[in-house]
Amino acid sequence: MSEVFTKSMARNIYYGGSAFFILLFLALTFDTASEVPKRDNHEAITEQVALGKKVWEENNCIGCHTLLGEGAYFAPELGNVYTRFGESTEAIIGFIQSRPVEGIPGRRSMPQFNLSDEELQAIAQFLKYVNGINTSGWPPNIQG
Amino acid sequence: MKYQSQAVAKPYFIAAIGLFIGQILFGLIMGMQYVAGDFLFPEIPFNVARMVHTNLLIVWLLFGFMGAAYFLVPEESERELHSPLLAKILFWVFLVAGALTVLGYLLVPYARLAELTMNDLLPTMGREFLEQPTITKIGIVIVALGFVYNIGVTILAGRKTVVSLVLLTGLVGLAVLFLFSFYNPVNVVNDKFYWWWVVHLWVEGVWELILASILAFVLIKVTGVDREVIEKWMYVIIAMALISGLIGTGHHYFWIGAPEYWQWWGSIFSALEPIPFFMMTVFAFNMVNRRRREHPNKAAVLWALGTAVMAFLGAGVWGFLHTLAPVNYYTHGSQLTAAHGHMAFYGAYVMIVLTIISYSMPILRGQKAGSPRAQKVEIWSFWLMTLSMVFITLFLTGAGIQQILLQRYTDNPLPFMVVQDKIEMFYWMREGAGVVFLVGLILYVSAFFVKGGEREEITDSSGMASATSS
Repeated sequence: MSEVFTKSMARNIYYGGSAFFILLFLALTFDTASEVPKRDNHEAITEQVALGKKVWEENNCIGCHTLLGEGAYFAPELGNVYTRFGESTEAIIGFIQSRPVEGIPGRRSMPQFNLSDEELQAIAQFLKYVNGINTSGWPPNIQG
Repeated sequence: MKYQSQAVAKPYFIAAIGLFIGQILFGLIMGMQYVAGDFLFPEIPFNVARMVHTNLLIVWLLFGFMGAAYFLVPEESERELHSPLLAKILFWVFLVAGALTVLGYLLVPYARLAELTMNDLLPTMGREFLEQPTITKIGIVIVALGFVYNIGVTILAGRKTVVSLVLLTGLVGLAVLFLFSFYNPVNVVNDKFYWWWVVHLWVEGVWELILASILAFVLIKVTGVDREVIEKWMYVIIAMALISGLIGTGHHYFWIGAPEYWQWWGSIFSALEPIPFFMMTVFAFNMVNRRRREHPNKAAVLWALGTAVMAFLGAGVWGFLHTLAPVNYYTHGSQLTAAHGHMAFYGAYVMIVLTIISYSMPILRGQKAGSPRAQKVEIWSFWLMTLSMVFITLFLTGAGIQQILLQRYTDNPLPFMVVQDKIEMFYWMREGAGVVFLVGLILYVSAFFVKGGEREEITDSSGMASATSS
C-alpha cells in the first residue's frame, strides 16, 4: 500500500466501519424481533411443545439430524418431517418407538431412546410446531 | 524467551495438540460410520462421536488461542504476565472441565448427563456445538473471565501495540458473545437467531481478530518487516472482516423463519467475506517477499503462508460457493456445508494455532528454531495434513453436489437415506483422506521428538548460550 494511505486512515476505517456495521446489525436485529412473530408459528407453542423441545435437546437429536437445515448431516431433515410423514404425529411416534436397540447390521440406525409416552407425544408436537414455521419455502421439496 | 512468564504458554500448546489428536480419532470414527452405519453402534452413536469431534476442536483451539496470548502478550507489552499463577490454575481448571465433559459424553447417555448436571435449572444443552452441560458453560465463562483479566491487565499496564489491542478486542468479544449460549428460548426461530451470535460472530467475527493478530505477530517476528507496515495491513483486513462478517451473519437467516430481507443483506455482505481473506493472502506473501531477515524457522513461515492461503480457500472460496440465497436454497444443510466447514476451520483456525506453536515452541524449549531435521518432518506433516484436508473437502463437495442433484435440484427427489447410499463412494474416499490426515498429524507430533542436526541456540546479550541442546 502506498504512503498516501496511512496507518491512521486504516485505523479509522476499522473503528468507523466496525461501529457503523455493529449499529446496522443491531438495527436489523431490532426490526427482525418485530417481524418474527408474523412467521414463527408461536401460536402453536404450548407446554407440551416446550417439553418436546427439551426432549429434542436432551437426546441431542441435532447430533445426527438437521432442523431447518442446521445440525448434523447424518440423518434426515426434521423441520418438515410432519409433512413428510403424512401430517401424522402418530407416524413420528411409531418411528421413534420402533428403533432396534442393537441397531441394524451394516446400516445407520437411530438409537432406541426409551422415551415415555408423554415425551413421545411432546417431541411429535414439537416437530409439528417447527413444521409450521414460515421458512420462505425451504426445503425445496418434501424430502428435505 | 524474552520473558519468563511466557513459559506458561507451553502446557496450553501441549494440551491443544493432545486434544487435536482426540478430535481426529473421533473424526475417523464418524467417517467410518458414514460408510458402515453400525460401526461402534450402540456404544458410540454418531451423535456422540460428532459432539466429541466438534467440542474437542473448539476446546483445543481455545487452548491454542490462550497459549498464543500468553506467549505473545508479554513480548508485545514488554513486561511479564500479570499473574503466571492464575494462568497455571486456569489451565488445570479448563483441562479438567474439558476432560470431564468429554468423558460425560462418552460414558453416559446424553439425557442422563443432562439429568446429572441439572440441565433443568437452566436448559442450555443439546444445541449444535453448544452441547456442553450448563455447568461446563459456566466454567468456560469463569476461565474466560480470568484469562481476559490476566491478559488485559498485562496489556494495559505495558506497551500497547496494535497486535495486542486487537487480540484483546477479539478475546473480549469471544467471552462476551459466548454469553448468548445461555439464551435458549422455546421459540425455535429466536433460539436459532441468537445461537448464531455465538457461532457465526465467533468464527466470522471476533476469532478473525485473534487470527489476524497472531498472524501479524508471527510475520513481524519472522520477516523483520517494519511493524508499521504490518499493522496498517492488519487494520484494513480486520476492518473488511467485520464490515462483511457482521451483516454477513444474515446468510444463516435465510430459511430459519427470519424476515426475507435477510436474503438480500446476507447474500450481498457475505459475498464480500472472501475479500479480507484474499487480502490476508496477498499480505502474507508480500511480507515474506519483503523480509529483512532469514529466520531459521522455515516451518513457521510455511505455516503462516499456509494459513493465509487455506483460510482464503476454505472460508473465502468454499464459503462463497454456497452463500448466495438462490444457491443456498438448494445447498443448505447438505454435505457442501460440511465441506466448507472442514476447510474453513482447518485453514483459518487450526493452521493459525499450528503457526504460533511452530514459531514459539522451539523458543519455549530454549531454541530459536527446531533442528533442520525436525523442521523437515514438520514440513512433511504440513503438506500431508493440508493436502489431505484439500481432498476431504473435494470429496465432500462431490458428495454434496451429487446429494443436491438427487435430493433437492430435481423433479423426482429421492429420500435422504436412498441418496446417502448412492454417494457412498465419496464417503469412502473422504475416509481415506482422513487416514492420510492422521498420518500427517502423527508426523507432526513426532517432529517435536526428532533429535540431531545442528540447531541454533538462543544467545543472551553476553553471548552465552542460554539453552542446552539435548
